[in-house]
Amino acid sequence: MDRVMDAARLRTLVPAVIGTLGRRGADFAAAEDAVQEALVEAVRVWPDDPPRDPQGWLVTVAWRKFLDATRADTSRRRREVRVEEEPAPGPAPDVDDTLQLYFLCAHPSLSPASAVALTLRAVGGLTTRQIAQAYLVPEATMAQRISRAKRTVSGVRFDRPGDLATVLRVLYLVFNEGYSGDVDLAAEAIRLTRELAARVDEPEASGLLALMLLHSARRPARTRADGTLVTLAEQDRGRWDQALITEGVAVLQAALARDRLGEYQAQAAVAALHADARTAAETDWVQIVEWYDELVRLTGSPVARLNRAVAVGEADGPRAGLAALAELDPGLPRYDAVAAYLHERDGDRAAAARLYAEAARAAANLPEREHLTRQAARLNAALRG
Amino acid sequence: MAKYLLLKHYRGAPAAVNDVPMDRWTPEEVTAHVQYMEDFATRLEGTGEFVDGQALAPDGMWVRSDGEGRPPVTDGPFAETKDLIAGWMIIDVDTRERAIELAGELSAAPGAGGEPIHEWLEVRPFLGAPPTITE
Repeated sequence: MDRVMDAARLRTLVPAVIGTLGRRGADFAAAEDAVQEALVEAVRVWPDDPPRDPQGWLVTVAWRKFLDATRADTSRRRREVRVEEEPAPGPAPDVDDTLQLYFLCAHPSLSPASAVALTLRAVGGLTTRQIAQAYLVPEATMAQRISRAKRTVSGVRFDRPGDLATVLRVLYLVFNEGYSGDVDLAAEAIRLTRELAARVDEPEASGLLALMLLHSARRPARTRADGTLVTLAEQDRGRWDQALITEGVAVLQAALARDRLGEYQAQAAVAALHADARTAAETDWVQIVEWYDELVRLTGSPVARLNRAVAVGEADGPRAGLAALAELDPGLPRYDAVAAYLHERDGDRAAAARLYAEAARAAANLPEREHLTRQAARLNAALRG
Repeated sequence: MAKYLLLKHYRGAPAAVNDVPMDRWTPEEVTAHVQYMEDFATRLEGTGEFVDGQALAPDGMWVRSDGEGRPPVTDGPFAETKDLIAGWMIIDVDTRERAIELAGELSAAPGAGGEPIHEWLEVRPFLGAPPTITE
């Protein structure tokens, strides 16, 4: 390698380096700390003196950091521990280090917030500061969250397959609930899911990747320059990223061909049907309802039922949508917003205005609240004539 | 992963169970109370749930614009203002239940007689970022 790696490529090496240290006998927490320190040194040294073998360089430096830390630790405790200076590389790994790291960082014993933080650091190679900025908490708080998470998983064996469902859930959270800072968490989630999907024989991993790609494709059209939301029906579909759509559809089709349907594949199928429609009017709502039926069957999720009611409203008319809605709990998030939309389409603008105002009060984020408030204001202005 | 604001009121909250004004406590009770609050914040730092905490002076003022080119108008403080915030803490927690649990603990800070105040704290969720996937 004769040129400096950019930070993003550098980060892709992190899981393998942690894995190598692990096989040499370092425990996960110490290995992870040592690799973070090696990354800092790489950023400092490489611009002037780029290594030929970046991964080998990181392993060497991280191992030295690990030994330094271990020595400091042992001398502090006045304990003798023999540590090999130049350990044998160890037996050829019969497990995928990177994959094991995904499992460890999303271990079911961790809370979602802890699993997200640990995954972004140990698998994603982000610094604590970057993660703290992304989630709008102080760096000290994020550092504690990560070190607690490491302690929680300290007893977990590194060599057993883990729970893929929790890994997918964590990556979904990074993609869907990420705030935006310097780091593009959606892009990071896609990168990590892409890596994962290449390593496991599981159509749901591909389903999640497809879901992320298809939603990412709409990103340029989702918000106006001033940050306000643009609804799916109103989005300029010419601004959707066709390359992402093409890839997302291909990934999804390959996953569906395996005939092991899961919730992420079903959600991606809905997104693919939207991507397929050149205009909102051309949307195949009948098929979308069928996919929501699958999703409800797979998950029983109230959110899926609510989205199904919207789709039914488009496929069979607002009365049918309202009938589907009537079977659901009115306390569901976005219930009032859906009801408002369906009532307006049904011609009841007064009810729609009232429900949009209710929905705005219950909104969980500012862009949605402002969008719903504008809808209520638009209808109220029309009602005043 | 949701942020909540825990609001402590000088005035405007329903009466606490142990409702003795702080200036009638013993100095030791005041010290114990302050220590409890500090320990609580330190503990939340340790659990990775602390975002921020500040106390506010009771004497503020009201300010409004008086039109372009004119200095802002100030007024108050108004003794009759019912709602007076004493301070806040921002936490970042996994669930609403956890926010309630922590607010409950904070409300149990010791007051007069060394007994928990059991004061009412206002718990307000932050408006977050919009999720990417909504359909």
